[in-house]
Amino acid sequence: MSLLHFQLTPAGENALMLYFDQRIDPQISALVQQACVLIRNELTDDLIDLLPSYASVLILFNPLSTDLHRVSAQLQHSLKHLQSGNSQTGNTIELPVYYSEESGPDLALIAKTKNISITEVIQRHQALSYRVYAIGFAPGFAYLGEVDPLLQMPRLATPRAKVPRGAVAIADRQTAVYPAQSPGGWNLIGLCPTRMFNPDSTPVMPVAVGDEVRFVAIDKAEFLRLGGEIPGDER
Amino acid sequence: MSGFTVIAPGVLSLLQDNGRFSQGALGLTSGGPMDAPSAQWANLLLGNQHNATLIECSVGGLQMRAETNSYIAVTGATLPLSINGNTAELWTVHKIRQGDVIELGMVSKGLRAYLAVAGGFNVAPQFGSTATVLREGIGGLNGNKLQPGDSLPAATVNSLPRRHLPVHHQVQFNRTLTLRLVEGYQAQSFNSTERQRFYLHSYTVTPQADRMGYKLSGSAIRCQQTQLLSEGICYGAVQIPPDGQPIVLLNDRQTLGGYPKIGSVLSLDCALLAQAVAGTEVYFTPISPEQAHNALCLAKVRTDALTSQMVNL
Repeated sequence: MSLLHFQLTPAGENALMLYFDQRIDPQISALVQQACVLIRNELTDDLIDLLPSYASVLILFNPLSTDLHRVSAQLQHSLKHLQSGNSQTGNTIELPVYYSEESGPDLALIAKTKNISITEVIQRHQALSYRVYAIGFAPGFAYLGEVDPLLQMPRLATPRAKVPRGAVAIADRQTAVYPAQSPGGWNLIGLCPTRMFNPDSTPVMPVAVGDEVRFVAIDKAEFLRLGGEIPGDER
Repeated sequence: MSGFTVIAPGVLSLLQDNGRFSQGALGLTSGGPMDAPSAQWANLLLGNQHNATLIECSVGGLQMRAETNSYIAVTGATLPLSINGNTAELWTVHKIRQGDVIELGMVSKGLRAYLAVAGGFNVAPQFGSTATVLREGIGGLNGNKLQPGDSLPAATVNSLPRRHLPVHHQVQFNRTLTLRLVEGYQAQSFNSTERQRFYLHSYTVTPQADRMGYKLSGSAIRCQQTQLLSEGICYGAVQIPPDGQPIVLLNDRQTLGGYPKIGSVLSLDCALLAQAVAGTEVYFTPISPEQAHNALCLAKVRTDALTSQMVNL
């Protein structure tokens, strides 16, 4: 089946879902990016919002200015201009991480489960660069993929009530930095001092969908110098 | 300062405009009034702009002091409204003088009341909207719910028509709700037996019901598809988690999620659900996208027609 195969289905009174092949793939992610541009250009003022994800786009339109059939017809036409073979990334962003058992309480569990050393877990997490596949769930939460298969870990059976802001985490083959303190079930391996969502800065987020992220290890002194805080650490 | 001072915020009072749109790419949800038609009526009675900022007071208990002359209207849930201790009618424009104390009692029908003031509260928008989303810490005053002592700026207004919406046009609160649903998302992954079960049985609103979503309990529904990549969630989407108990996702929902969804409840019916207390009986009924579109257009025509029929007191 061609990568360019897509499906448009209703999702609600003013919502359409655009589905591509349902898998995590940089080329499909690039199609999602392209589709967003085409849809914005096509729907202009009828568009309320777009929610892109790994292999889909939720399209919200104004139901009092247009309707499902019109939007559907317009998009069937404009999405013919999608081009495959492009997995171009946006900017490359380096995110510093203080990896340690103090800042990453699940490092030891991953090392033990995978029968490798903590040092190797840390090295393998830094060895790859990750694509930003989606932003959502919470403001500034960027889904990054894919992690080394050896680091693949299921979510915790019981989510933590409090994951600190900046926590670097792994779930399945995804990794992420928690933008704010929240409950969470991902495995924590370090802390990143970079704010992933800051309503008072421009841009609000250091990354966008389609960007490439690399993690770079820093020591505790550097982490603190960059404004990081160890949760529960009073200093 | 010209405006109002919060004496007591009650159970949960939030500043809201229509909601925050076009910020999905940052992961920001829409927020906005849970019962949008009632909120719209509060602004319409006062002749405000449709997106004017008002207060959503859940369960009741809000007390405010006017620091200026103004007008107010309270719509939505049924609760006792008093001005300086004197009972005042809901769905009605009331003149307020500097120093007046406005008090909302506890709800007797419905859950959420809307208090609007002439011209709306003057609050700076964040990401294009004043809607407060507590989970995100965005909107309102510093992303927070109203607190005792908060100052809510509003214009001084000395003259405005006193209007009233007749009772038979006000929102009705029923013990049983039928939620119209547009099928979509993974609807095809629920086989016909599961879909019949979903539409034939009643569900009950559980206490796990808040601005993010309403969890219902009843006959469990199974979906053939369990593995799902996270995807965008629209207002009213009915998510079926592994326990088979539906959750109707509302204003403060997460923007992306990976549980199967059978479709989305019509916004007009989401507003009724948002007024439903725990124990309310709920049925789902499927409608086509065309019927949904008709319902929305008719609701707009009806609101426009009623606006011209508001009674001047």
